[in-house]
Amino acid sequence: MAIVSIQKLSKSYWRDSHEIPVLRDISFEIPEGDFLGLMGPSGSGKTTLLNLIAGIDKPTAGRIDVAGTDISTMSESALAGWRARHIGFVFQFYNLLPVLTARENVELPLFLSKLSKKERKEHVEFALKVVGLEERMNHYPKQLSGGQEQRVAIARAIVTDPTLLVADEPTGDLDKSSAEEILKLLERLNSEFKKTVVMVTHDPRAAERAHSVRHLDKGELS
Amino acid sequence: MYILKLILRNALRHKLRTLLTIVGIAIAVLAFGIMRTVVTSWYSGVESSQANRMLTVHKVSFIFDLPLAYRDQITKVPGVKKVSFANWFQGIYIDKNQFFARLAVDPETIWDVSPEFVVSDSVKEALKKQRNACVIGAKLEHDYNLHVGDLMSIEGDIYPGKWQMQVVGIYRGKDQTVDETQMLFNWHYLDEELKQNEPGRDGHVGWYILQIENPNDRARISAAVDDLFTNSSAETKTQTEKEFQQSFVSMSGAILTAINVVAFVIIGIILLVLSNTMAMTARERIGEYAVMRTLGFSTRNISQLVAGESLLISLLGGLIGLAVTFPLCAAIQKIVPTGWFPVFNVETATVVLAFGSAIAAGVIAAAFPISRAIGMRIVDGLRHIG
Repeated sequence: MAIVSIQKLSKSYWRDSHEIPVLRDISFEIPEGDFLGLMGPSGSGKTTLLNLIAGIDKPTAGRIDVAGTDISTMSESALAGWRARHIGFVFQFYNLLPVLTARENVELPLFLSKLSKKERKEHVEFALKVVGLEERMNHYPKQLSGGQEQRVAIARAIVTDPTLLVADEPTGDLDKSSAEEILKLLERLNSEFKKTVVMVTHDPRAAERAHSVRHLDKGELS
Repeated sequence: MYILKLILRNALRHKLRTLLTIVGIAIAVLAFGIMRTVVTSWYSGVESSQANRMLTVHKVSFIFDLPLAYRDQITKVPGVKKVSFANWFQGIYIDKNQFFARLAVDPETIWDVSPEFVVSDSVKEALKKQRNACVIGAKLEHDYNLHVGDLMSIEGDIYPGKWQMQVVGIYRGKDQTVDETQMLFNWHYLDEELKQNEPGRDGHVGWYILQIENPNDRARISAAVDDLFTNSSAETKTQTEKEFQQSFVSMSGAILTAINVVAFVIIGIILLVLSNTMAMTARERIGEYAVMRTLGFSTRNISQLVAGESLLISLLGGLIGLAVTFPLCAAIQKIVPTGWFPVFNVETATVVLAFGSAIAAGVIAAAFPISRAIGMRIVDGLRHIG
């Protein structure tokens, strides 16, 4: 069963009066439980595609269904609520809030849920345990290494138990061994916790960890 | 709660910048508070005017005297309840820098028409009985360390000669808006001395104070009194006490307007100081706001974060500024010579205006950063990272 269904998706940007097509007439599906790698050269449109799947950007044409919901026509405020429930986002540069500890950063998305304080605490501790950082929960981002920061970011992404985990170059800013740790963690989330993962990368070694890989070039899937 | 925690942590992220902004706002609020207090003090006479009190002065200028004989005619005007009179004595006490109002008053009627002066019956009697008696305000008592029984030597200027008054009592204002820096002495002392030394100047008063029964009759009474003396050698002008005080204040109108303008320019400065800080803040955090929106936080949540930080800074600045305004105004009143500002209180309206301006600045300063933070597409905001 497809968790993501994309039909005739196009995305263009406008610069001055010039239309710049980024994605052209893309159609494909991502099965539930898949670990999909999206590859392609810079400017091929892979991050744009990821953003559209995550509901942080809107298509120019076409339709995107995620877990049976057409998100291409949702309003901005409806999309915000939808993202909070269904999407876990892992960024290339971790993007933790520097004024919050690891625990507080992971807890942040849970404030949008109706969980009690006790339940939030349990969820946070579990997520940090999954990424192996329960000992560092009271550290601020600047007190952590890049790899540790990315693990906290992954804990933040999974703490709400999202439908879909999307990762934009999650190893792009890490050294080899930290990158390896992060990839193992994503693999584990996919295999052990049955999370559907969509990962953008242009690192072939990272892509090897995915179950399936789709290539984008000049806005078209190959 | 998490919003409050984030607001607080964000505000403390650049401690020096936040501190300087708070200090800037506090100084601006302080300056605004002092300037407004100067202006309101200037107008205190106008504000504390009694609605049922009118003054009759010489039509040409209040510096010219009126015959004492007018009193009986004014008293007969329907609607006039009581008539008193006074002379501006001035003179020099100690030196020219010691300025406060020195008035020769009718000891029989002054207390009836001035209910805002609280004084005991024994003091009223003493003022009547003793020719050189004077009653001083509580502030004069305090500032010059004067006591009942002390003599006050005054070098006359409008009324030349050496004058010696004895303090027979202290009056207090019924509330803090009442001027407690006046010296009121027995008019008969002045009149008798003039009779002896400057015949012709005696039997005259500076102005009449009319207590009227119904404030709504003031126009009729004013016309009736002035009609009595039309074509006389000393025509009169009768007006409400408020109008009379306003004519005094209007002499300094340009200065007061300038002070008022500067006071409101200061509000603009508060806004600029805070806007600058909030604009820098929003620019720095545009990526973070995009991340939060990616996580599912709404534009309303982001607006609360930005507005909360702006309001927190303005609130702290406003509170500190106001907290310093009160002791500083008290210190100013002590430093400036007695009589310059007979009443120098920070009014409630000034507090509300100063604090309200700080809060308004907080709201307005947040408007642009909010529009930037929520108006930007998430994907554009995320490009600010890295």
